[in-house]
Amino acid sequence: MTATNIQVTTSDSVNQDGYHAFTLGEFEFRRDEYFVYISWPTGQHMMSIDSFLRALQRDVAWDFFYGIVNFDGVFGTVNHYGTVDIFAGRYNDAYRKAELDYSENHETPVIREAFKSILADWTNATFDPFASPHETGAAWGVKNGDNISAITRRRVAANRMVAVPGDEQIRTDESGFPVNRHFKDVDQGEPILEPEPGFEDEVVAFSLFAYLSRSDVTWNPSVVSACKDSLFCPTTEEYILPIIHGNDRVEWFVQLSDQITWDVEDRDTGAVRSRVTMKAGDVCAMPADIRHQGYSPKRSMLLVWENNSSKIPELIASGQAPTYPVEF
Amino acid sequence: MGNPTKGGGVEHASYTTKFGSLASFDKGGVDLINDDARHYAFSNIFEVASKSQPWEKVAVAKNFEYVLEVVRAEGTSPWSTAAHDQFAVCMDGAITVELVKLADSPLADDAEGSVTLGGEPEGARMGKIHLRHGHQALLPAGSAYRFVTAHPSVLMIQTIAGPETQFRWAEICQTV
Repeated sequence: MTATNIQVTTSDSVNQDGYHAFTLGEFEFRRDEYFVYISWPTGQHMMSIDSFLRALQRDVAWDFFYGIVNFDGVFGTVNHYGTVDIFAGRYNDAYRKAELDYSENHETPVIREAFKSILADWTNATFDPFASPHETGAAWGVKNGDNISAITRRRVAANRMVAVPGDEQIRTDESGFPVNRHFKDVDQGEPILEPEPGFEDEVVAFSLFAYLSRSDVTWNPSVVSACKDSLFCPTTEEYILPIIHGNDRVEWFVQLSDQITWDVEDRDTGAVRSRVTMKAGDVCAMPADIRHQGYSPKRSMLLVWENNSSKIPELIASGQAPTYPVEF
Repeated sequence: MGNPTKGGGVEHASYTTKFGSLASFDKGGVDLINDDARHYAFSNIFEVASKSQPWEKVAVAKNFEYVLEVVRAEGTSPWSTAAHDQFAVCMDGAITVELVKLADSPLADDAEGSVTLGGEPEGARMGKIHLRHGHQALLPAGSAYRFVTAHPSVLMIQTIAGPETQFRWAEICQTV
């Protein structure tokens, strides 16, 4: 697949609501008080600006994540780890049958900068796309400042494990991470360490649950430990996963607290396959040929477990590896 | 009554976080519309631990060579080691981890998974870690470690499948 050599453009002037318009290849993006308008050579689409910005924030923060990030049933991106497809209708059965689907492939830095520009211009001071609906004001309305600090939070990615000297450190009040209102009852005690002299860097532990209780974002997995390509990516979840994640590899969920319900659909057509209810202690695989969206009534702790090997998407796409995790 | 929120609604003044344990867990499941339940390998850590023998390493998740093992911790474990880092999360109870820097590891540098050592390990004592519910410890590559607990507890280990990893998918997973 050859990436297009097309740059991003930002309109010289703003519309009557105060927002710039953007183009990326043949895609055009505009917003007004309530909606985003996306157009491409064979069609056009509207989304709530609230939903669009929440999805856009994850796509940017995750650097296009593993596989497909569907903003909704029509628009989204596919990560090829160096380039990214931006598409409309590609994973929508009706669009495909009508031959109205459309996609472009761009070098990752190009689409990254385009999406960052849109997110910065369209996110008002009142809105935090990472926050749950109870924790933020509205995305609606005419241009009203910006919220750059909220949309450019640093993504945590431990090289070995949180709390190892020189690696990511635990969250505290002093470091700007107070306990979330839904986790006030979570024990904040840390493990007791008794290292012998000289082994302080290897006798290490931390409270994963206290760490998660202080997360200031929702639906944003971040690495806390790495066993080679095996990554523990826990996250706290509340309300609805803002994207529909299409897998290019098997990923696993371990529900650490509370409950999440997942709608699972066929990755390519959107046909419903199952509904998964996960309670504390439940473990479930998401096969490599599905897409899923989660619902968390209360803020919950979810361990997303990923295999970061770059070989997997090709192994699965070529049929050399099954789309489900185990045979029995 | 409740707290007004930035979003304009009102939420409860307090919330209760629900964790599972050996003594009390609820299990969800897969409601099938058009699929096979086995594709999801759905299980529950506490149910698996409740049916395991002490210190068995039962895989509850597998992604190529990598696994998540559930261990029912009860009493004192044998000493084990691995050639790579592993990570242990205390999912229930309280567990002490004892660490020794092995003078001579029996494993090749590229060996995968953990193995039980016979007898006491030879090497410098590295120290101890006292874990409680929700705590995660590093089990450093090349170290010997054992677990000690006064009451039945549960560990989840982030590791690679090894010769002692137990695969019991048909026993532990939802099949229909």
